[in-house]
Amino acid sequence: MWTSWTHSKADMSFNPQYLFLIPLLPLVAAGVSALIGRHQRKLAATLAIGSMALAFLISCAAFAASLNAPAQGEVFRQVFNFNWFQLGEGSLRLGFILDPLTAVMLVMVTFVGLLIFIYSAGYMAHDENFKQFFCFLSLFAAAMLGLLISNSLLLLFICWELVGLASYLLIGFWFQKPSAAAAAKKAFITTRIGDIGLFLGMLWLYGKTGTLLFYDGGNGCLESSALTQLVAQTAFAGMALSTVIALLIFCGAVGKSGQVPLHVWLPDAMEGPTPVSALIHAATMVAAGVFLMARVYPLVTAQAGDLSLPTTAAQVITFVGAITAVFAALIAVGQNDLKRILAYSTVSQLGFMMIGLGVGGVAVAMFHLITHAFFKALLFLGAGSVIHGCHEEQDIRKMGGLRKFMPVTFATYAIGMLALCGVPFFAGFWSKDEILHAAHAWPGSHIPFYLAIIGAFLTAFYMTRQVCYVFFGMHRGDKHHAPHESPRTMTVPLTILAVFAVILGFLGTPAWPWFSGWLTGHPVEFNFGKLLAGGALGMMVLSALIACGGIGLGWWVYAKAAAKPSIELDPLEKLSPVVFGWLRGRLFIDELYAATVIRLTTLLAVTSDWLDRVLWGGMVQLVGGCTNLFSRLNLTIDNTVVNGGFDQGCEGLRESAGWLSRLRNGQLQNYLRTIGAALFVLLLFLIWGRQ
Amino acid sequence: MLAWTIYISFLGAAALVFLPRENARLIRWVSLVIALAGLLCGVAAICQYQTNGSSGVVEILNIPWIKDLGISFYLAADGISLTLVLLTGIAAVCGVLFSWNIEHRVKEFFAFYFALIGGVYGVFLSFDLFLLFVFYEIAIVPKYFLIAIWGSKRREYGAMKLAIYSFVGSAMVLIGIIAAYIVSGSSSFNLLELASYPFSETFQAWAFPLVFIGFAILAGLWPFHTWAPMGHSAAPTAASMLLAGVVMKLGAYGALRVAMTLFPLGLERWHNEIALLAVIGIVYGATVALIQRDFKFVIGYSSVSHMGFVLLGLMTLTQIGLSGAVLQMFSHGIIAGLLFGVVGRMVYERAHTRDLDELQPMNLSKALPFAAVTFVIASAASMGLPGFSGFVAELQVLIGAWQTFPGLTIIAAAGIVIGAAFMLRALIKAFFAENEPGKTQPAGGLHFEAISIPERVGAVVLLTTTVAIGLWPKLLLDLINPALNSPLMQPLWKGAAL
Repeated sequence: MWTSWTHSKADMSFNPQYLFLIPLLPLVAAGVSALIGRHQRKLAATLAIGSMALAFLISCAAFAASLNAPAQGEVFRQVFNFNWFQLGEGSLRLGFILDPLTAVMLVMVTFVGLLIFIYSAGYMAHDENFKQFFCFLSLFAAAMLGLLISNSLLLLFICWELVGLASYLLIGFWFQKPSAAAAAKKAFITTRIGDIGLFLGMLWLYGKTGTLLFYDGGNGCLESSALTQLVAQTAFAGMALSTVIALLIFCGAVGKSGQVPLHVWLPDAMEGPTPVSALIHAATMVAAGVFLMARVYPLVTAQAGDLSLPTTAAQVITFVGAITAVFAALIAVGQNDLKRILAYSTVSQLGFMMIGLGVGGVAVAMFHLITHAFFKALLFLGAGSVIHGCHEEQDIRKMGGLRKFMPVTFATYAIGMLALCGVPFFAGFWSKDEILHAAHAWPGSHIPFYLAIIGAFLTAFYMTRQVCYVFFGMHRGDKHHAPHESPRTMTVPLTILAVFAVILGFLGTPAWPWFSGWLTGHPVEFNFGKLLAGGALGMMVLSALIACGGIGLGWWVYAKAAAKPSIELDPLEKLSPVVFGWLRGRLFIDELYAATVIRLTTLLAVTSDWLDRVLWGGMVQLVGGCTNLFSRLNLTIDNTVVNGGFDQGCEGLRESAGWLSRLRNGQLQNYLRTIGAALFVLLLFLIWGRQ
Repeated sequence: MLAWTIYISFLGAAALVFLPRENARLIRWVSLVIALAGLLCGVAAICQYQTNGSSGVVEILNIPWIKDLGISFYLAADGISLTLVLLTGIAAVCGVLFSWNIEHRVKEFFAFYFALIGGVYGVFLSFDLFLLFVFYEIAIVPKYFLIAIWGSKRREYGAMKLAIYSFVGSAMVLIGIIAAYIVSGSSSFNLLELASYPFSETFQAWAFPLVFIGFAILAGLWPFHTWAPMGHSAAPTAASMLLAGVVMKLGAYGALRVAMTLFPLGLERWHNEIALLAVIGIVYGATVALIQRDFKFVIGYSSVSHMGFVLLGLMTLTQIGLSGAVLQMFSHGIIAGLLFGVVGRMVYERAHTRDLDELQPMNLSKALPFAAVTFVIASAASMGLPGFSGFVAELQVLIGAWQTFPGLTIIAAAGIVIGAAFMLRALIKAFFAENEPGKTQPAGGLHFEAISIPERVGAVVLLTTTVAIGLWPKLLLDLINPALNSPLMQPLWKGAAL
């Protein structure tokens, strides 16, 4: 039943059949390190890092293979499918896929992953569960890489759940802290709420098309015959079935990628060790939602009628993304925890990716995803270095002046911050610019464009606030424990990531949009003229102005505050305590959920429990009581009617039967009586029925 | 070969009675050998069945018993029975391993234990309805004693409740069977013959719910489920493992084998209503589990929730749903066995409490790391995470349910989320909670007796099984799916087409 099908010519150098090696390597590392003793720390770290390095090399080979486009306008794509199990007439099939989308993600995840693994060896060096940490990290890497190579929504969902599990284990890694255990639980359950949608979308898709393979030589669910069929049917409210399924799948992405209203878990997830935040909750897993939507993009855009207007699915994705981008950026302004600010920033940037997906398509979103992965991993690892250097302090009000104590961390962090703010020539500038450009040209509505501009401005503002508090001004921490620079295992990955946070952007400038050309199968040429042509230049200037404006305003407000020996009130808090209070309280979304959803569930649980104890339990008591009464009645009759001597003989027998008789409290006889009575009724019924 | 699973268990139970009471060690080892022999017979029979390329119902033995009434000792098997025989074998072996420490009346304990196992094997292999009913009753009686003698808190109440429910259920079943026998005018209780008789629609309309609910009471059908959490928690560990693992499957199996195959028209008439009850059970069981303080009650209610998937799968009337239901019977048997093993044996018998609030300050992950790791994996399996058998089973059930009842499927899927919530709550409270500052434990932490080798072996066997089926469900689906296509099951699909 093993079938292989290649889209392009036979001379390809990489067989997609061997893609499974990429997730298998970390999986083996996880398995082995689960079995070895807890003191073999070096072995565990070597295994994890070594397997990741090998996976990176294979990914590079796959990436190289994906560079040769089969023909003009055609996307490179190879798949390998196989049967998982047979189901009656149908079957559930799984498969692997290699296309530019997978290839770029593979290289990004293995490379960033490798750097973070190395960094972790330094960061976690003193943790007693060091071995376990690398076991979980490898498990995560395996699931994440499996997700990327899936050519089947089912396999993708399986890996999707497993990354969730790994994320749970890693957020709760320091489970001794009650807040960590609670955060882990919250993350798992919140994302699972979104997964209901994904799961139902999957069921519906399977029910209608009979396959969950994305590409299968014309029979896949993302290929034209299936799409035509899905578009032709109306689900409800005038929406095509393809749109409804795309929206259900999007629910999963909303959960995993922390979009409003399911974003609440991601900031709490910062309870995990910092490398985990960098790898899972910034660079890779949270971006899986964007990747998922990019994967099923044909479903999002499929429509029958007017092709010039965006589909409902694309509109919903865009607006959810835009609202998230602004919403999270606003909350980030009011936070004082170093990692929480970055977490809200991640939520906001994921919103940008969703906007990009809705308005500009796969290439726009993926470009921001890749650049963001690098500079956000950089920022998180930088934050880890700061926390490490400040003796586990996370409150930015108690830092300050760190640029003198930690020069490497400061330099790399500043690069990451500039990239995130979208300052020209840093990676984030080019990718954010593309999103703004596409949003501006979007026929659907102009609102997402304005929201994105506000989001971009706020991003520059809160990052400046953070950098001012942490690196500039006076050191406000403990005077006796001066901060120190981190060891090499931590600063080297920082430096490498910083380099990429600058140069990656040049893969997608308007002058040479190689990245989008490669993803969509259109070879591009270098054309400097495009950089200056019409809208492109205007948008670049606007985007640069927004970034510089945000930074300037932030500097103006916070440079002075940071220079003070202690921070009592935030400058914005002085301006408007109420508004700032709301921002600091994260707009009280958590409290809202606690008061509604959680209270409702508890109420339901208490009611059902009461029903079980009183109503259903009471009924049994009643039946039991009645039977007892009935048997007593019978006993009385027996005693009076049946010969007394016989009765006494039985009594003697009962006594001598020892413990058995004590337990036989009349149930068995009653049971026979019930059956007798039932048979009698049945007999009556049958006789009466025949007549 | 298969018939020996029954004989070995009953003969074993009888043989145990003649062993010297003082030599508990010998009794345990003999019990383990009996359980292993039963399992081996089952496995060998499955291999034989597979290599012969059989697909439908294969006759094992057919001896006339009470000729005048057309009752015979008729044993046969198809893929569904074989799957459940395998489950019984594994559960029996692990049950013995988890009862290794029983000292009180150990001889009687294992004698009752194997009488129960023998009855269960008998039910799964009988194709004569009267014989099936006899075995069904044989399985119920020892269960009562196992709980009432070796049980824990409120054991007599739990045993009584279980007995009342079981007996009411059996009475309903018996009435239904006898009615079918009389109405068909048949001279035999043979299931295959009765199934081919076209019962009138009006007859099926009342006979089906009677027999189905009669059986499904034992499968934890809402609102007849309250015996389950109570009985499970009152029972000793091995008995709760068997109760959740195997006895609940008796109900589901009977509902499928007897009620559904005999009365396909009644099934068609009632399947919407029963599916609704099943889905209520899924969500209800999960929500109640969310606030239980007794650890065993949490697992008990989770069984109600998971058995809801079995019943929902049966009601889909699609092959994929039914195949999922049978797989879920197997999967739940293994996972629930494991959960009860950890809670009942590893935790309760050491900590002497099952109250989650009392377990919380003990920080058991430090004191009993093996139990903690096992429970983490088992709860992942119970939550239906991929890689474990529960995922494949629930996936199939829900794919099938989506085709028949899309609305109910949405609610059932929501039940999965609550399922995750209550497992995580119990997991954190029991194993990973931090000590509150005021309530420090004795210096150096709590010291419990180490997890013994039989416990470890039992846990590893169950874990391996659920992972193996989760990764490669073909192992069992190749048994189950051909059985769904056999002539016996054809009326079901015809009924669905009406």
